[in-house]
Order: sequence, then structure tokens, then C-alpha cells
Amino acid sequence: MISLRNVSKTFGEGPRAVVALDDVSLEVARGEIFGVVGQSGAGKSTLIRTVNLLERPDSGTVIVDGVDLTAIGPGQLRLARQKIGMIFQHFNLLSSRTVRGNVEFALEVTGADRRERRRRADEILDLVGLTDKAESYSNQLSGGQKQRVGIARALAAEPTVLLSDEATSALDPETTRSILDLIRTINEQLGLTVLLITHEMDVVKAICDSAALLERGRIVEQGRLVELISRPGSRLAGELFPLGAVPPHVGSTIIDITFSGGSADRPVIAQLARTHGLDVSILGAIIETIGGNQAGRTRLELPGEPAVNAAAIADLRSQGLLVEVLGGAAA
Amino acid sequence: MNNDPSAPGFWPALLQVLLTGTGQTLYMVSVALAITLIVGLPLGIVLVGTERGGLFAAPFGSRGLGIAINRVLDFIVNLGRSIPFIIVMIAIIPFTRLIVGTFIGTTAAIVPLSIVAIPFFARMVEIALKEIDPGLTEAAESLGATRGQIVWKVFVPEALPSIVLGLATTITSIINFSAMVGVVAGGGLGDVAFRYGYQGFNTPYIVAVIIVIFVIVQIIASVAALIARRLLHETSSQVSLSTLISFPTSRTQQSI
Repeated sequence: MISLRNVSKTFGEGPRAVVALDDVSLEVARGEIFGVVGQSGAGKSTLIRTVNLLERPDSGTVIVDGVDLTAIGPGQLRLARQKIGMIFQHFNLLSSRTVRGNVEFALEVTGADRRERRRRADEILDLVGLTDKAESYSNQLSGGQKQRVGIARALAAEPTVLLSDEATSALDPETTRSILDLIRTINEQLGLTVLLITHEMDVVKAICDSAALLERGRIVEQGRLVELISRPGSRLAGELFPLGAVPPHVGSTIIDITFSGGSADRPVIAQLARTHGLDVSILGAIIETIGGNQAGRTRLELPGEPAVNAAAIADLRSQGLLVEVLGGAAA
Repeated sequence: MNNDPSAPGFWPALLQVLLTGTGQTLYMVSVALAITLIVGLPLGIVLVGTERGGLFAAPFGSRGLGIAINRVLDFIVNLGRSIPFIIVMIAIIPFTRLIVGTFIGTTAAIVPLSIVAIPFFARMVEIALKEIDPGLTEAAESLGATRGQIVWKVFVPEALPSIVLGLATTITSIINFSAMVGVVAGGGLGDVAFRYGYQGFNTPYIVAVIIVIFVIVQIIASVAALIARRLLHETSSQVSLSTLISFPTSRTQQSI
């Protein structure tokens, strides 16, 4: 649905030039919620702004819903943008207009007539739960309400894609939750493809189907979350299950076991202790619902001899579990 | 002329002169203001638009043209604002004659008044537009808005409270300048104060003119503040009248 191919963007020239995007390629499938995570300065904002060409890349192509946006003229680009909704960290609402007026603005752009604008605005305000605020101005709204207006405005022209530029970063945790729920709802109800950027892993955990990690303008890793968590050495998976640094270990082996799907329900550790006679210590554990599935990671300390530990690890792997050895003799 | 306030006919004569002068002033100021609005608003928009990263940064695809337009307009605006009004009035006499047919009289005085007020107001518009969050332009672009839609549906409405206040300041300065048009026989309240009051040794005329001008300026400032506050959709407790009035003035002084 969204396809960035070899997109590069540099700001400035000469020695002070800053490479914001370095040969970035990204595929977002129709109907999924795709999250791009990275620290500030990683190029996330530039990345999402190239998708509707608010930022024109120096090279590479941007294809949205089968149209190569980098190849079309300004008039066609405006039409294409009507089908790509965007929401912003600071909402960017018009203070001169009411809530309904802000939503209608999107429809004035598409050329809808007065009655149609009114009908559609009221319909979409109902969807985001702001019917009773239709006549309010943005300075009378809370942050969460403002973002709902932003979402309503972005959805008014019935886009196929929604871009979210740190949409929840200015909101408190509870409001963030409700906005994420709303995005998930419209994704499911309207079949909207969502590309969001965020610096918060929690956002990815909460609603994303797929994710990419952006670092210094480069995509380091990308994929569906369910695959990422069972990918050995995945940094995104590490971020999803933050078990912290590996503690010092003497004469023992430390392993991380990742459970997903059905394996999360089995008494793996108890079995391990019984079968191999190991006094297993649990150093840390996290269970999350990721992509609608239970998944978790447990860090264990195996106190046995290297050979015993190796046998135990082989046994775990034979059960289809992802086991990563972090320290100690295990081979 | 009757210089004795206690003499019969003194006050009716003063009232008559004052009414004529007020009428001339209001006529000059309102026509000059209309011209200022029509020319100054687009001028301010183009000034901001042709800046780096602006809406019209590269007209016809040429950034060089954008820079050129911006530099030329900026120069003209600065020039118009730095020359004292009385010199402008004399200097543009040929231009005034070309347009009005004469450079003498109240109607002819409208030309120099407009010439001076346009750059003044254009700067006010420029400042008001620069206050707008660039995110709003971005949001409008993301919706697929044209540049025209961005100007008329985002720029102007969003900057309107500041523009209205800038307009009030502009009116006040036009009234200020209009007091000098006696030089080209433009009449008006300034002329009343100068000829009847000063040259005629008749202090009550000067006092009367001061009172009338003060009242006019007060009314304009209050109405502008009221409109601006309405446009901001805030309750009176949130914004005080004085902050609204002083806000654009202080900004203007910085820009000079």
C-alpha cells in the first residue's frame, strides 16, 4: 500500500549537510498498522513526511496505492494527498474555526458541497466521539479532544492511508491509550492502512502489526511483530521485552527464552527443572500481548555444568522455543 | 474671525468649522484606508509567501524570482516607511496629479496618505502572518489544499485578530498623517487646528480638534479590540483589552 524505495534526503549542503534519510526502503501492506520507531533525530519525521511528499526526497520513489507520487504533477499530487490523511503531534487545528469547521475544511478542499460537507462532518465527528463538541473552538478542548478533531479532519475525505506523526507524544498516558484505541478501531472498521512514527515502544506494542527501527536515517530492521519476536538477535524484539542488561555470572549460563503463540501456555520452566535436575533461577520475565497474541520473554540462570546446560538448551530448542544464550559456557 | 468665546455666534461657528473638518478627515482616512486594505493585504501576503520556505517561495518554479520579488517589495516597504510624510506628499505631487488630475484638495491628499499607509499596513500583515504556526500550512497541504485555499482559508482567517489590531494602528497613523495635508490644501481637522487655532490665535479650536481626534481614535481602538477578542473565541476574562491594544504596537516598534 505504501512503498518507499531507496529514498534518500539530505538537508543543507557541503560540510554542514545532514543526511536525514539514507537509502530507505519500506513496505507497508494494505490494512496493517506499521510503526517506525527511532530516537529523535533518527529521521522519523522526514520519513513520514516523504510519504505525502511534504518533504520531497532527493532520490528514490514513493508509491502510495499504486501511484508513484514522485512522478506526478502538483495538481495530481494534491488529489493524491486527499487520499492520504495525516495527524500531527501538535494537532495543527485552525483556531479560527469550530471543530466542525476544521473537519469541513478537508471537504472544502475536495470540493464537496455545503450539505455534503455538513453531513460527512457530523458523521465523522460521531465516529470519533465529538458530536457534542461540534460548535466548540480548539482552545476550549483538551489535548485528547484536539487529536480526535485532527483524526476526524484526516478521515473526512475518506482516505485509504493515515499517517501519524508522533500523534500521541503530547498526550498523557491515559489519553494516549484512548487515541491508540481509536486508531486501531478506524483501522479495523474502515480498513485504513496506518503508518505511524513514534519514539515510544509502547505505542508499537499497543497497536502495530509491523514495525521498523530507524537509526541515523537508515532502516536497521523491519518486519511483522510476530516474526520479529522469534527472530534471534532482533533489536526490536529486545526493545519490546526490555529485560535490561545481563547481570554478572560465574559458573552458570544465562539464557533468554522467547515464548509466543501456544508455547506461552506450557509449563516450560517446571519441565526444565524436572527433566534436567536444574535449580533454575528466573532473573526476569515479561509477558505482552503483541499483534493480538500472547508473547513473552523469560531470562533464566542455569546453574549446572556446561554439558548439562547445553542439553537443557537443546531440549528447549527442540520444543520450538527461541533460546538465546547471553553469557556463560553453554557449548 | 471671531476670537471671543463669549461673543454671540462663536460656538456655532466653531461647530460648523469642526464638522466640516471632521467630515474631510473621515473622508480622507476612510478612502485611504480602503485603498490600503486592498493593496496592503496582498502585499503583506506576498512578502511572507516569497520568503524562504514560503508558499510562493519559487513562483513559476524559480526561487530566484521569489527572492527578487521579496527583496524588491521589502525595499519598497522600507523606503515608504522611512520617508517623513510631509516629504512624501511633496515628492509624489506629479504622481498625484497623474491620478487625481490635481494635487490640491482633500481628494488629492488621499494619494499620499495611501502611499504611506500601504507599507505600514503591509508590515503589520507580514508580522501577523509570521505568527501563524507553520504546522497549519503543513496540515492544509497534507489535505491537498491549493495555495489559494491556504491563503484565504488558513492565512487570513488565522491572522485576522492580529490583522484587525494592526488595522486599528494603521487607521490611527493615517489620522495622524492626515493632520498635515493642510500643506496641499487638503483640509481636515489638522488644518482646522493649524489655521483657525494657531494662526487665528483661537485656542478653543485647538482644544476642540484634540477632543474630536482623541474620541475617534479611542472608538477605533475599542472596536478593534472587541472584534479581535471575538475572533479569538475567548471569554473576556482570558484576554484583557489592554494586552490586545498594546500587543501589535509593541511588535511594530520592534520591526522598525
